[in-house]
Amino acid sequence: MGFLQNIGRTTLSFLAAIGRLSLFTLAAVRWTFQPPFYFRQLLRQMIDIGYYSLPVVGLTTLFSGMVLALQSYTGFARFSAEDTVATVVVLSVTRELGPVLAGLMVAGRIGASMAAEIGTMRVTDQIDALDTLSTRPMQYLVAPRLLAGTICLPFLVLVGDLIGVLGGYIVGVYRLGFNASVYLSRTLEYLEISDVTLGLLKAAVFGFLIALMGCYHGYYSGRGAEGVGRATTNAVVSSSILILISNYLVTALFFG
Amino acid sequence: MAKKPQPATRKPAAPKASPKKAIKSASKSANVTPKIEMANITKSFDGKAVLKGVNLTVNPKESLVIIGTSGCGKSVTLKCLLGLITPDGGSIKIDGQEMLGAGREAMEDMRKRFGMTFQFGALFDSMPIWENVTFRLRQQQKMSKAEARELATNTITQLGLAPHVIDQYPAELSGGMQKRVALARAIADKPEVLLFDEPTSGLDPITGGVIDRLIVDAVKRLGATALTISHDMASVRRIADKVAMVHQGVIIWSGPVSKMDKSGIPEVDQFVHGLSTGPLTQAAKAEAKAG
Repeated sequence: MGFLQNIGRTTLSFLAAIGRLSLFTLAAVRWTFQPPFYFRQLLRQMIDIGYYSLPVVGLTTLFSGMVLALQSYTGFARFSAEDTVATVVVLSVTRELGPVLAGLMVAGRIGASMAAEIGTMRVTDQIDALDTLSTRPMQYLVAPRLLAGTICLPFLVLVGDLIGVLGGYIVGVYRLGFNASVYLSRTLEYLEISDVTLGLLKAAVFGFLIALMGCYHGYYSGRGAEGVGRATTNAVVSSSILILISNYLVTALFFG
Repeated sequence: MAKKPQPATRKPAAPKASPKKAIKSASKSANVTPKIEMANITKSFDGKAVLKGVNLTVNPKESLVIIGTSGCGKSVTLKCLLGLITPDGGSIKIDGQEMLGAGREAMEDMRKRFGMTFQFGALFDSMPIWENVTFRLRQQQKMSKAEARELATNTITQLGLAPHVIDQYPAELSGGMQKRVALARAIADKPEVLLFDEPTSGLDPITGGVIDRLIVDAVKRLGATALTISHDMASVRRIADKVAMVHQGVIIWSGPVSKMDKSGIPEVDQFVHGLSTGPLTQAAKAEAKAG
């Protein structure tokens, strides 16, 4: 009986969480497009997400592009297809590695900080204070973060793509001995605009999900330092999982 | 022999134990519409009833203090009044206008007439003091930065803080200074109603006394109605015109502060005089036993 009760309780709480998240998402999206708009908050979030995440995204994609060139060379050399390294690097980086790695890095950096900041505001009554000061927390706290996440991640990924391809170029030319102009022409030869736009679309989805998870877990943070800590962990874990799931879904949607 | 706490449905025997009637008759005699009128407010969390029928009336320009032990429902009452928590049932009227079920817009309009300080200040720690103090004015009335800084300076200096404090952040201030800033934020746009949630908690008695004096001055200067939550009896005596005691989710006594010592209700007597034994202690033990 106890076992069944546990299953029932878990199922109910899971469904309640799904319902609460759905309502939160709908409310957040709705308030994003209704005045008043808090442009200063939006700008602050864009700087935090876009500008301050550049180093971590740049480093991640640089070394990923470099290691991808090395690994693909090792593999393709076994059937004399070394000259496809540049193409493999650019397609892998723009379609997959750029958006996913940038998404996971930003989830760790921004998702955690959003959950911690909003969670602390919840715990210290600052969110209630916003309400009493005639400011809707959803509009003031959540909407700018959602918008900033959705706008900034594609730009981050675009920069990350360039740096990742540069990483592959550096290894290809200076380590593997490719001719620089041949490497560049191979990079551009098979690259289509849709490869880049697919990556940017994914990035926008990831940015939205990261901000949503950060805000949601912070907004419903439990009491005390433990509650905020748990909210932070949940924000990072759930946004990382959602990034991987949505990555497959978007790829499958535009496959072919 | 100690009386048991009165359940929500019990009809008090003596007139002094019937706060709703007492307050209503008082307001009728004064022939004024109460500023705040809460009737039969109920609220449960996870099946546990926290408010079991709270009745409360505050007349214009009156200062009412709600007292009671920790966890008795004082803060929930205040949050219900502001719409931060939706009650399960009852009625909340502000200036005679029903607020429960009135819709979000009406509730937001109502909040514009309220100023509130929270137990731990709830200052926005990402903003300097001047932005904290003028937050509502900047958001709602698009006040310029220069005007906002001037207003913030004037407001905090009235409350005994140095002008340079406006450029500091909440984390750089002591507890007493944070309480003053919270008070400054609450009064900056001259609200009709001021709500204070444990304004002197965590302060030494001297600073607590200073904060109380500032509250009394601010309420008088603004001609505001004040509703305060406190369990600091020295503070209650300084700022209250009227006192209401919440116990087990109902108001068991309400009356002028001068009659607080002679309420004739054991729970009130124990609380007011800070006695370690009595019906409140027994009730707490019984509650702990029941889990």
